[in-house]
Amino acid sequence: MQTSLIASLRTPRGLVTTALLLVLALLPLLTQALDQRYLLLVGTRIVIWSIAAASLNMILGYGGLVSFGHAAFFGIGGYTVGILSANGINSGWIQWPAAVAIAGVWAALIGALSLRTRGVYFIMITLAFAQLVYYLGSGLEAYGGDDGLNIGRSRFSGLIDLRDKASFYWLCFALLLATLWFSSRLVNSRFGYVLRGAKSNELRMTALGFPIFRYRLAAFAIAGAFGALAGILLANEGAYISPAMMSWVKSGDLIVIVVLGGMGALFGPLYGAIGFFAVEEFLKPLLDLLHKGWGEYWQIVFGPLLVMVALYAQGGIDSLLGRRHG
Amino acid sequence: MEYLIQVLNGLQLGLLMFLLAAGLTLTFGIMDLVNLAHGSLYMMGAYFAWTLIGWTDSFVLGALLAIPATFLLGVVVEVVVARRLYARDHLAQVLATFGLILFFNELVRAIWGPDGKSIAVPAFLDHTVEILPGIPYPAYRFALIVVGTAVALLLAWLVARTRLGMLIRAGASNRRMIGALGVNIELLFTLVFGLGAAFAGLAGLMAAPIASVKIGMGDDILIVAFVIIVIGGIGSIKGAFVAALMVGQIDIVGRAFLPDFLKTFLDPASASAAAPAISQVLIYVVMAAVLVWRPTGLFGQRS
Amino acid sequence: MTGKLFGGATVAAMLALGLQPAFAQQAVKIGFVSTFSGPQAAIGEDMRRSVDLAVEHLGGKMGGKPIQIIYEDDQFKPDVGKQRSEKLVEQDKANFIAGYIWSNVLLASLKTVADEGDTIMISANAGPSQIAGELCNKNFFSTSWQNDQTPMAMGEYLNQKGVKNLYLVGPNYAAGKDMLAGLKRTYKGKIVGEDYTKWPDQLDFSAELTKIGAAKPDGIFIFYPGAHGVQFVKQWAQAGLNKTVPLYQVFSIDAITLPQQGDLALGTLGAQEWVNDLPNDQNKRYVEDFKKKYNVYPSYYGAQSYDAIMLIASAVEALKGDLSNKDKVRAEMKKANFKSLRGDFKFGNNNFPVENFYIQETVKDPQGLMTVKTIATAVTAAKDPFADKCPMK
Repeated sequence: MQTSLIASLRTPRGLVTTALLLVLALLPLLTQALDQRYLLLVGTRIVIWSIAAASLNMILGYGGLVSFGHAAFFGIGGYTVGILSANGINSGWIQWPAAVAIAGVWAALIGALSLRTRGVYFIMITLAFAQLVYYLGSGLEAYGGDDGLNIGRSRFSGLIDLRDKASFYWLCFALLLATLWFSSRLVNSRFGYVLRGAKSNELRMTALGFPIFRYRLAAFAIAGAFGALAGILLANEGAYISPAMMSWVKSGDLIVIVVLGGMGALFGPLYGAIGFFAVEEFLKPLLDLLHKGWGEYWQIVFGPLLVMVALYAQGGIDSLLGRRHG
Repeated sequence: MEYLIQVLNGLQLGLLMFLLAAGLTLTFGIMDLVNLAHGSLYMMGAYFAWTLIGWTDSFVLGALLAIPATFLLGVVVEVVVARRLYARDHLAQVLATFGLILFFNELVRAIWGPDGKSIAVPAFLDHTVEILPGIPYPAYRFALIVVGTAVALLLAWLVARTRLGMLIRAGASNRRMIGALGVNIELLFTLVFGLGAAFAGLAGLMAAPIASVKIGMGDDILIVAFVIIVIGGIGSIKGAFVAALMVGQIDIVGRAFLPDFLKTFLDPASASAAAPAISQVLIYVVMAAVLVWRPTGLFGQRS
Repeated sequence: MTGKLFGGATVAAMLALGLQPAFAQQAVKIGFVSTFSGPQAAIGEDMRRSVDLAVEHLGGKMGGKPIQIIYEDDQFKPDVGKQRSEKLVEQDKANFIAGYIWSNVLLASLKTVADEGDTIMISANAGPSQIAGELCNKNFFSTSWQNDQTPMAMGEYLNQKGVKNLYLVGPNYAAGKDMLAGLKRTYKGKIVGEDYTKWPDQLDFSAELTKIGAAKPDGIFIFYPGAHGVQFVKQWAQAGLNKTVPLYQVFSIDAITLPQQGDLALGTLGAQEWVNDLPNDQNKRYVEDFKKKYNVYPSYYGAQSYDAIMLIASAVEALKGDLSNKDKVRAEMKKANFKSLRGDFKFGNNNFPVENFYIQETVKDPQGLMTVKTIATAVTAAKDPFADKCPMK
């Protein structure tokens, strides 16, 4: 373990990743020193979306299961926190485990139905279930319906104040590291071996006697639970929940992030989220600079950029950092 | 009486959706391409029609020119982007064609401006006809039913009786087989993609006089079109037809009769709150149920 | 070439990071958040044109300082709107942030701007009940209305006119339900039917129109903003109902939709707090200059945005450009000492306007352009129904 860590530091990927994690770990201090508080907020969003993308990566990247409804778990996480807080239950010790548990159970439920299908049918059935959750959210008039709801942030009495931007960022960052650690343990276990094996050759794994349906179902439930974790953080970041956080476009964004970063790469979701948000923040001012007024049409550039990624950069940003081992 | 009209409404809606779904299921079935940008072709058809009707000062002429225009656009999209995606997995296809949606939406805004456009109902259809004494029905919607049925019949003939149709059927069930038949596959694929685009364009321009021509008009109903082809079974024209009519009726039933039905066992307030919520998700519930029951849709190929 | 591109990128990054050139330090910075891309961009465009015109009318200066407007696109998404607002607060250090078409974008951004950012926020359109009531905020001002008010005015007018029964149709989302509920607050006649349609993906209203045809009501009341308004009006007319059942609307027929609705909308009645023919000098100037510059009529979205800029200008002028004391700025804002396009303008306790509502009829102007004209005053000095829930005085 020790030696491999040091060895990995010598590769470009190891260097870039280490530098990146270092910058991220110190981001609140750096942004304060440079008086760039907005960058910290962008950083917080990147970290939260990385957690969500990492959870999708578990099933999409390693399992090859294209779930087109992952943003629903954002919503389940966010709405559990929001509904509990609207009813006076502010303690994060209750809210957070409840949100994760509900998402896990729901994921297991719809996973059991969805995993009967393959390919595009799977894409569509996961979308259908996400749409169900989405419309349920817009129908909750007591909790703002379509307008969404301003909520109080979760409380962890005395331990951490989520209103403080720096503490909140560090909490998100710690949870991202935990998520990545968990996902690396998961994929390198026997469980992960079966999951990855089933992606490349389902028949062979079945023939070897693995109950791949159950493995996939477990992975789906775990991914749902981690997705809810990101939703919890998102709700606390803006102190606001709305059905828009689980629209199908957000599910699409998550897929884009995972692919952009590099499917099945441990740090892929982080690279992807950075790339995605960097484009959003920088492409517009850049185009405006080339010609005033062009910035508004940034999606004319962004659209073909996605096409290029899909066509020529299947390995995503991760593959730019050299070949992967194992 | 009202019931009859509502059935007609559902039929008309279903046929319109079929026009959109037909092209989608064709490209899906024969080239195995998930084309999210199909809705953009629907939008482009409507915008082409708006411009061409303005130039020719005739709805029919403009519409007849817009169809080949969308066909050509389809061919361009196929040659530039789509054909590079056939061999790729669905994920790459979703990503690339999602990129195309963004591109087309902003392109339309750059060319035609942000405000929507309007295509008037042609004068010869701008009236109502009495289908039964005292029951008027818009003539244009009748025209939609007629055109929709005609296209469905044309497509049925094309698929069942022509060489192209034979290749399409062969392709939907076994892609490798058509290669073995010594057909120029590249040309066939381009043709099928263009055909699908033309159908989408037709749907877009036919919908324009009752809807509005606006940016992103295809995105809203693209998901419904996907639901239709998934319920019907991917690649099956028959499935798309049955599912489209089914979805049309389900939609109308949910909107027209569900509130009254719920009132028979719920109090009026909860019934009128629940009805729209239920009708909004009804087609998703139906799709999920169909897939749980038959994982490859009603008329899909068993794997 | 590469060098130049790279240089461009560096400057772009600098701009994005907020390293603004020095000249901007002196300016009064106004962030303006609206929808500038996608299907709803036409509304944002109308607002931007009006803001540009307001700046032009002000000679580009407020209280002796240059005006800098920073437009941000919310993409019609609450989370994006919140991010852009956050950028305006934290990076651009905007003195004022205005705009906001959509309730959900406004609600998502409220905390960031008004509470945590302690920045003055002016809604030029959205008016959710929460912000008029329990979430009212000393940093928040509205130059539009609270959602319920416009349909309430319509209800009053229908009572006066003696319309005995109505069929209500609206989209099944928060504002749609608010609008229909608002009408029911004041309308005393019978509601013969009430339908909520799918949002935003319903393009066909045949089922609802068939039910309306069978119910034979004295009138239909609708709320369908933007493209949906176009679709509903067209289909209502195509079904032949324009000859039998009059259409009453809020926010469904306006300067943005009328070019598409055309003759089909002629004669329909709507309620609004501002109409382009209101007889005051500033309004005449605004409408004339707008038409001269852009060849179309402005809409209420634009008028409200113009008012927002003029409101800001009044406060900045009064303080001679010194915005260092926020309490003073808020106090000056609250005075609403500016010439509003709707004539008299004052704020209630919750910083929402107390204002008149007019009934407008869709007509053709002498040049053949579709527009609306005032035919009656529905209510005067109306206060919104949530003001009592706001603890501010």
